[in-house]
Amino acid sequence: MAHDPSHDHGRHSDVPSDPALRAKSLESLLVEKGLVDPAALDAVVEYYERKVGPRNGARVVARAWSDPAYRARLLTDASAAIAEFGYTGRQGEHMVAVENTATVHNLVVCTLCSCYPLPVLGLPPVWYKSDAYRSRAVADPRGVLKEFGLALAAEVEVRVWDSTAEIRYLVLPERPPGTEGLSEPQLAELVTRDAMIGVAQVAPPGAPR
Amino acid sequence: MNGIHDMGGMEGLGRIVHERDEPVFHAPWEGRVLAATVAAGWWKRWNTDAGRHERELLPPADYLRMSYYERWLAALEEILVRTGLVTRAEIETGRPAPGAARAEPPVQGGQAAAVLDRGSNYRRPLDAPPRFRPGSRVRVRNAHPSGHTRMPRYVRGHAGTVHMHHGGYVYPDTNAHFRGEDPRHLYSVRFEAAELWGESATGRGAVYVDLWEPYLEPA
Repeated sequence: MAHDPSHDHGRHSDVPSDPALRAKSLESLLVEKGLVDPAALDAVVEYYERKVGPRNGARVVARAWSDPAYRARLLTDASAAIAEFGYTGRQGEHMVAVENTATVHNLVVCTLCSCYPLPVLGLPPVWYKSDAYRSRAVADPRGVLKEFGLALAAEVEVRVWDSTAEIRYLVLPERPPGTEGLSEPQLAELVTRDAMIGVAQVAPPGAPR
Repeated sequence: MNGIHDMGGMEGLGRIVHERDEPVFHAPWEGRVLAATVAAGWWKRWNTDAGRHERELLPPADYLRMSYYERWLAALEEILVRTGLVTRAEIETGRPAPGAARAEPPVQGGQAAAVLDRGSNYRRPLDAPPRFRPGSRVRVRNAHPSGHTRMPRYVRGHAGTVHMHHGGYVYPDTNAHFRGEDPRHLYSVRFEAAELWGESATGRGAVYVDLWEPYLEPA
């Protein structure tokens, strides 16, 4: 798809201001031409609204906290370890898990677009896809984390993972104190999406989320 | 291309707004645009890299003005026309051209979830051994290709250390332009914050970037 100087990109300024109308018009065109099955569009929306989401990732994290052998598998071959739960597929084909410790904090971004591990976290939140986050996460991660309410000690190393290829990153957060007796499902309840992106830590039980 | 999408290290792009209990889609049309993009992609007239490049080709002023799914919608219209699935006139009227043949969708509703669950494997076996190994010192080439690339500007010319060899992967720089998958070795490269940002680096830290072998030279 080389640059085509005759291709008039100025036309985007003519796009009607209501994208809902434009989207509807395009969808009906695609359906009428037999290019897409409207039931397939319903199924894709349903898939991303209900089937995949951060609850999947939370179960992975809870198991890694509970089962040292699983944690080791997750950190050496995350794709296979995550597939043990049946979480596979589009934009999660090649997974790497990175572990937070007392001395290392990991943060995930996609500066070039919006790459995100969909099978374990679902679709990304608006802030993750925002120009503000994409531009600043690599240059000023500590400033970004402070805006999320997370002030890290100076001796903690911040590692930012820019998802520039088809590798998708999942942060394995630190297990919070006071969770020793909790079951895997109880632990999973504590794990938030933001902690698995790396803009938050997992709060102990009973703490404000 | 040195486009507006290559945002790492830019300033002035606003505040990060965190919304509590955010819905998956903020309006139904957003979900329909995502789904239409995925479903039209099942014709395999384009690949993931070409789809990304189409969004990079949006004019910068429009790119910055548009919401995320507005970008997807505009790029979907463009790539549908570019790959011949629809015509510009059909986009403008919202109706098939008179006499246009009716196609059969490659994936029906009941198969969609299984196709999404399967995903696409981007890894490819390579005969050539990797040029670098974990611990190798490398420098990102000072290159400015005018087409699609996944070599962000903020690492070009900078030295780092190979952290991990991921294996052979489809090479976006050719794949996006339908010039073949040309798989290359892919590495995770660690750049110290001070190497990238100099005096502005804010404390201990590093950035890890996934980079294909042609982007790198020995440091």
